[in-house]
Amino acid sequence: MQVSKRVAITGNEAVAEAMRQINPDVVAAYPITPQTEIVQFFADFVSDGKVDTEFVTVESEHSAMSATVGASAAGARAMTATSSQGLALMWEVLYIASGLRLPIVAPVVNRALSAPINIHCDHSDTMGARDSGWIQIYSEDAQEAYDNLIQAVRIAEHPDVLLPTMVTMDGFIVSHGMGNAKLLNDDVVKKFVGEYEPEHYLLDVENPITVGALDFSDWYFEHRRQLADAHTKVKDVVLQVAKEFKEISGREYNLFDAYRLDDAEVAIVVINSAAGTAKTVVDELREKGLKVGLLKIRLFRPFPHKEIAEALSGKKAVAVLDRADSLSLMGGPLYIDLRAAMYDSPGPRVKMVNYIYGLGGRDINMEQIAGVYDDLMEIAKTGEITQPVTYLGVRE
Amino acid sequence: MASLKELSMKEELLCGGHRACAGCAAPIAIRQALTAVNTDVVVGCATGCLEVTTTIYPFTAWNVPFIHNAFENSAATVSGVETAYRALKKKGKIKRDIQFIALGGDGGTYDIGLQSLSGAMERGHDMVYICYDNQAYMNTGIQRSSATPKGASTTTSPVGSAVPSGKRQIRKDLTEIMAAHHIPYAAQASPSNWKDFTGKVEKALAVEGPAFINVLAPCRLGWRFDPAETIELMRLAVSTCFWPLYEIENGVVTVNHKPRNKKPVSEWMKKQGRFRHLFAPGNEDLLKEIQEDVDRNWDRLLAREAMG
Repeated sequence: MQVSKRVAITGNEAVAEAMRQINPDVVAAYPITPQTEIVQFFADFVSDGKVDTEFVTVESEHSAMSATVGASAAGARAMTATSSQGLALMWEVLYIASGLRLPIVAPVVNRALSAPINIHCDHSDTMGARDSGWIQIYSEDAQEAYDNLIQAVRIAEHPDVLLPTMVTMDGFIVSHGMGNAKLLNDDVVKKFVGEYEPEHYLLDVENPITVGALDFSDWYFEHRRQLADAHTKVKDVVLQVAKEFKEISGREYNLFDAYRLDDAEVAIVVINSAAGTAKTVVDELREKGLKVGLLKIRLFRPFPHKEIAEALSGKKAVAVLDRADSLSLMGGPLYIDLRAAMYDSPGPRVKMVNYIYGLGGRDINMEQIAGVYDDLMEIAKTGEITQPVTYLGVRE
Repeated sequence: MASLKELSMKEELLCGGHRACAGCAAPIAIRQALTAVNTDVVVGCATGCLEVTTTIYPFTAWNVPFIHNAFENSAATVSGVETAYRALKKKGKIKRDIQFIALGGDGGTYDIGLQSLSGAMERGHDMVYICYDNQAYMNTGIQRSSATPKGASTTTSPVGSAVPSGKRQIRKDLTEIMAAHHIPYAAQASPSNWKDFTGKVEKALAVEGPAFINVLAPCRLGWRFDPAETIELMRLAVSTCFWPLYEIENGVVTVNHKPRNKKPVSEWMKKQGRFRHLFAPGNEDLLKEIQEDVDRNWDRLLAREAMG
């Protein structure tokens, strides 16, 4: 294992550092709170000659994603970064990036979507892009955002995969919150990500290709089917890359993080920074002898449904915490996916409830999470669910 | 400057077999433009007639690397390609000299893609943007655009009993908007004047930084004319001064063609079904107004040229 340096760092700084070390050929990005710092830090790296990257200061996120698609199709390792409305503005081109099988990597700093306009954290932005064909990897803290971003390059560019990948972290809570992280040495990251050697690219002018052709009904379906097939390859690649990453960092990553889950009778499923708070609650309740556990999502797209269902099968009750609403009246997006995943799980039907929390940056505290565990233990005892979907911490 | 014969001997970079309509000006314009390219080139194109007729999978009419991304982002996409080129050339991964051309119709350029184009021009990418202006959204079936001339009937500015005029608004002057970006080269051209047009493409490619060329591209379905008359429709647009041929090099305006006998704009209009209603009794004032618009624009252009 290589020597890593421990630093006090914000999520945005950590992500910008990862981008500096990845040293992509092209970055095209537009500032938006709370991602802005990433763009600023990176502009400094460019101005100070710390990267070889050509930086495109586009006039919008739509053009950020469009230029990134152009650069990636041209044969460059290309990145962008955004949040919230910016991701929403990219939406059209997100589908094109995945449909064209371009291994773009983008950190996304989670922020609520308008209206009302709000700059703080929830997951409405990336949850809205969950069916765009991008790989989505979620991160609890600055360390994970840094590690995931470096791994994302290898995952996206893997010849079996060739899919754009977004790595998310919570706006302000992580992006601006100072935390401990261990950063790898530049040469270690450089070696880990390696050189990008695309097979077909526009600037290979001796072998001209047409990118973005028109498919009628005789071909469109096959190409979309190939896209789905590529997603089936992601899981193994994520695990393989995690294994190699452990060798350089000592840090272990999986499809998801199971925390004191094995012998737990009730469990919470959660994404991103709230997992940190929830783990503390798990520890406290375990002290009291209660068999509680937690499952933290890492890879959300493609969804490792089988593995998650296995991990949760046999639990007496599970609560899914969603920092986004689907407005389907069936709960948040994570809950809906998890319920579908659990439908085929072995053993008796696991009781599942949903808590939608933290929209627009509303804090979630330990008492609230302890309350969720209380509810779960009550459900486990009675076998009855009185309220499947609860809005947690809101004035009703 | 190559002769017409020499140009005709060059390899076709946009080859036949595409599915544009008979008499469509877009492939004529782009084939002409590509004869002026003497290095390797990568072409990008907005969604639109040219794109859908030339890239029907598993076929392509492009003998050069080609990218289509979406409708409104041809300029941004090619700006990304051009940036990748600079990055990879700097690293020594690419050794050849490559030029970049972004294409779009008037829909993808004047309207939905204007922001993307403006951004790319302001950022100074070394690329040439060519707009083939057929004066409406022809690919979706002749809807008005901001390039549609006053008085034209389209499917979203149709002539009706309450609106006998067709489109009421004057068209946007995109060439001037591009010139206002103070890019090194902006021009207006017509494939009817092939030497002028290909010369402009050569100049546009030669300048360092962004260049813009607006090229007239009559659409036989949208304008409603005999497909044998495509080039004639361009000639008339030029000789009536509806579509002046001019260029702005580093801020200096040159009018490239001054018709000895400036024809009335009605001579161009009466060949087109989209203006037919204007020749019915009761629309004389509108016709007069359209002529006055053309005269005013032409005089203004000559005055700008005189200013140097």
